[in-house]
Amino acid sequence: MRPVHSKIDKSFYGYFFIAPFFIGFAVVGLAPILYTFYLSLTKWDGFSDPVYVGAANYTRLLHDSFFYQTIGSTLVIWVMSIVPQLILALALALILNERFVKGKHFFRAIFYFPHIVTPVTLGVLFSLMFDWQTGSINKMLESIGLIHDPINWFNNPWWSRIIVASVICWQYFGFNMIVFIAGLQSISSEVYEAAAVDGATKGTIIRKITLPLLRPVFLFTFITSVIGGLQLFDAPLMLGDGPGNSTRTMIMYLYETAFKNFDYSYGSAIAYGIFIVVMFFTAITARASRLKD
Amino acid sequence: MRSGLTVSRTFVYLFLAAVTFVCLVPFYSMMITSTHANADIASKLLLWPGAELANNYERLTEAVNIWRGFANTVFISVTATALNVYFAALAGYGFSKYRFRYRGGLFLFVLGTMMIPGQLGIIGFYKVMNMMNLLDTYWPLLLMSLYNAFGIFLMRQFADASIPDEIIESGRIDGCGELQIFHRLVLPLMGPAIATLAIFSFIGKWNDFLTPMIILFDNDKQTLPVMIASVKSQFSSDFGAQYVGIVISVVPLLVFFSVMSRKIISGVAAGAVKG
Repeated sequence: MRPVHSKIDKSFYGYFFIAPFFIGFAVVGLAPILYTFYLSLTKWDGFSDPVYVGAANYTRLLHDSFFYQTIGSTLVIWVMSIVPQLILALALALILNERFVKGKHFFRAIFYFPHIVTPVTLGVLFSLMFDWQTGSINKMLESIGLIHDPINWFNNPWWSRIIVASVICWQYFGFNMIVFIAGLQSISSEVYEAAAVDGATKGTIIRKITLPLLRPVFLFTFITSVIGGLQLFDAPLMLGDGPGNSTRTMIMYLYETAFKNFDYSYGSAIAYGIFIVVMFFTAITARASRLKD
Repeated sequence: MRSGLTVSRTFVYLFLAAVTFVCLVPFYSMMITSTHANADIASKLLLWPGAELANNYERLTEAVNIWRGFANTVFISVTATALNVYFAALAGYGFSKYRFRYRGGLFLFVLGTMMIPGQLGIIGFYKVMNMMNLLDTYWPLLLMSLYNAFGIFLMRQFADASIPDEIIESGRIDGCGELQIFHRLVLPLMGPAIATLAIFSFIGKWNDFLTPMIILFDNDKQTLPVMIASVKSQFSSDFGAQYVGIVISVVPLLVFFSVMSRKIISGVAAGAVKG
């Protein structure tokens, strides 16, 4: 029989290797999350001591029309950005996976670049470009004769939402395209050859073979984009709340409540509210994608 | 038949060219506009470079110490990336090569932390850092890079596939300690995984906005993204200065990307397939 703590058995050392993660997680991950929950049950302005108030913040949240509005705006912006984003990414991935296309790496690099640019910077850049009186977009549309008077983009709730959604779409389609190309390249070429031997046309191959085989990658992208899309913050913050708060996202509301109005305890309740909303929509998406199988 | 093929290929290239145009125009417009005076920016469509870059730059740097923010961001991004990569490699290697008790469960826990939305604990994070007297220091930003579940996942995959057990055994026979084996023998072999994770981590830290904004108060400690945001409100009608700020934020990324684009894109693809 082998002794439990033989000198050769070094398994125990593994704990030292993984310990920093768990210490880090406890201090900057778990403790803040639990503390936020505690704060959500109190009334605290940041100066005096927090006073326990039970579920009062959550009751307030359930009747907060601003909160529901931010859920709605976030969902609308997310849907308006994710649909064109995935279609564009898929189309480009299929094209760049074709053998005849030259300069593949060049196109991939150009399409991917917006994804690594600082979102705050993009927000500022696009808010300048879409400025009503001085922005280059209106100047361009006027010079090619599409419009006669400048459009006051950020004065209209739907234009504002479309602009925010377009910026998000513009920033992420390249990333999704790279993911789709990776998925396409993992499909074995034998499948295509077999189809070509059977005389299948290009369109049939794409519909009957490529898209079904790409499904898992597509779902992965969709589910991760729910989690990411519902937490939009940096770029929308720079583009502003929009008329009647029409482009205020959930995280913007959290930030404004906690760090601008210093209502930390209600902000904490909002954080948990957002958490529930995100989990809810992630579960629905995951469920819906499983039902279709 | 032949001409039909040519037509469809022409359409494909036109489509690619159109998307390329949409991707590049904002950056072109940004650089061109930053070289013009405010009066011209407000009244004309600008297509060619002007001569006002130096003046715009001067007005910006008089009010905002943007290079200080740049240096701060470089310091934070580099330090946090180094910590992030080192501890991810440490834990990934630990999970890969040591058969300790509850290994499977603990690894699942690590993966589970990826599901937590980043902003859930942000208010508590602020408060906990306040209690530890770490507000207005870089410690909170560096501490956050200690825990990176995705990095551990990536490193474990790599160690499982490419670090042979024999190397570790031979190190033990030579009398090396466990940590020494990791530093001398394993870490050099993890180069490719380290490079991939370092790129992701660096870009993430470089673009980080919310955490530095709430943790740091002193303007001289602030990071570049937060400075860009404050330039927007500070220079609300000075477009030239705002554009110069944006250019300073984008151009280094553009250079970094044009040098590293192959590595970055293959890293994204590898990370996505594994995830």
